[in-house]
Amino acid sequence: MDINILREYIPLYKDALFLTMKIGWQGILLSLILGLAGAAILHFRIPVLKAITGIYIEIFRNTPLLVQLFFIYFALPKVGIKITAETCGVLGLGLLGGAYMIETIRSGLESIPVIQTESALSLGMTKEQTFIHVILPQAISMSVPGLLANIIFLLKETSVFSTISLMDLMFTAKDLIGMYAKTIECLFLLVVFYLIMLLPVSILGSIVERRMRYGQFGD
Amino acid sequence: MSELLKVTHLQKKFGDNVVLKDINLSVKKGEVVVIIGPSGCGKSTFLRCLNGLEEIQDGVIVVDGLPVEAGKREITKLRQKIGMVFQSYELFPHKTVLENIILAPMKVQKRSKDEAIKEALELLDKVGLVDKKDYYPRQLSGGQKQRVAIVRALLMHPDILLFDEVTAALDPEMVHEVLETMLSLAKSGSTMLIVTHEMSFARAIADRIIFLDKGEIVEESSDAKSFFIKPTTERAKKFLKTFDYE
Ligand SMILES: Nc1ncnc2c1ncn2[C@@H]1O[C@H](COP(=O)(O)OP(=O)(O)O)[C@@H](O)[C@H]1O
Ligand SMILES: [Mg+2]
Repeated sequence: MDINILREYIPLYKDALFLTMKIGWQGILLSLILGLAGAAILHFRIPVLKAITGIYIEIFRNTPLLVQLFFIYFALPKVGIKITAETCGVLGLGLLGGAYMIETIRSGLESIPVIQTESALSLGMTKEQTFIHVILPQAISMSVPGLLANIIFLLKETSVFSTISLMDLMFTAKDLIGMYAKTIECLFLLVVFYLIMLLPVSILGSIVERRMRYGQFGD
Repeated sequence: MSELLKVTHLQKKFGDNVVLKDINLSVKKGEVVVIIGPSGCGKSTFLRCLNGLEEIQDGVIVVDGLPVEAGKREITKLRQKIGMVFQSYELFPHKTVLENIILAPMKVQKRSKDEAIKEALELLDKVGLVDKKDYYPRQLSGGQKQRVAIVRALLMHPDILLFDEVTAALDPEMVHEVLETMLSLAKSGSTMLIVTHEMSFARAIADRIIFLDKGEIVEESSDAKSFFIKPTTERAKKFLKTFDYE
């Protein structure tokens, strides 16, 4: 492996990392918002919206991100909706992630005993107040390991972005290999940069999980 | 004294299973009514009907002149008049003692935080827990948690308090502190409906004893002492035999 090549390529990978992270984290933010909204809709069993949410979850959990991105990037312009590759990446990741986040938050909500709700209701709180102040905070903290697992999954999925010509890590690696054929160096840097992006989240995940196992709230 | 709670011809079913049959009961302001009966006879369900946590199939429940109707929006107003304390405390685990207590007064009654805290601390002081105000529920003993739950209900200034076997989950050495708290509430004139298996406590605190069996009021007595010495119905006699109370 040629150190000079590595040194030369690192700035390119750094730019790619920033772009990947920017789109990745925006997509994750969107997925969390969708996750909260969807889980609330399912929790309150809001008619119509509940059915829409169910269909949305099935569609996005059962099709590859690649297909979703192609759809957003190539099919939508045909009906007059044109968006940039970046927006497409954020939307695609956010919509895919939302479907998973809803499921994770929903199972967190379901893990909170019904009597906690009754306890809040018996104090005169409305269903909405009970949800916001009593049930949701507990559910989120139960869901943290699952949410972090989703985040790691989504960050890995960003490698598909290269297919809509976003200059992410994967794109940069492929591009450099294609031009200069320094395959070993390029792939080495690719692994290193993915690790830089993912390891911190992963470590955070195991710390949180250990925290949850000892103590947390409990009795 | 005026009537605070009036239950007429209450019927409660779970599917086809009739759990409460034609219950009639009225409770006056300041009265302490103790409900006893074998497990599964419908005591918890009855209390839950009273604050609209369960829908009823027949009959009427009136609290302070207003009908209790589960599922209706107005039920939140009524529930403020009815404090409920659960066997399993049901404090909110993600909130401190103080936060648990002031949440509903602030969100439901829109009271100011300062005012709610001030009263919360006074009440916590009365039950000897003011130094635990910033603790989380998991850091408290069962007896302490239950006293916090009682304070939480009290801060809403309810007209009537419902207690569902609030000492049943406690270690024996902690039962006393909770019962003491309830006795002093009774002394201060609170209207209370208490489900308990603590027979000597029941005898001490009750203005009236209700013996519930298989979803029916089998015996009712305004003289707790003689009820425990000499119940009139066979079913009550049989039930009391299962306790070796003093
Ligand atoms: N949510 C429920 N669904 C169906 N049956 C129930 C439910 N809650 C209680 N029951 C039944 O109602 C009866 C009375 O229960 P409960 O009020 O808890 O009795 P107690 O508090 O006196 O022990 C029992 O037979 C119980 O199985
Ligand atoms: Mg019970």
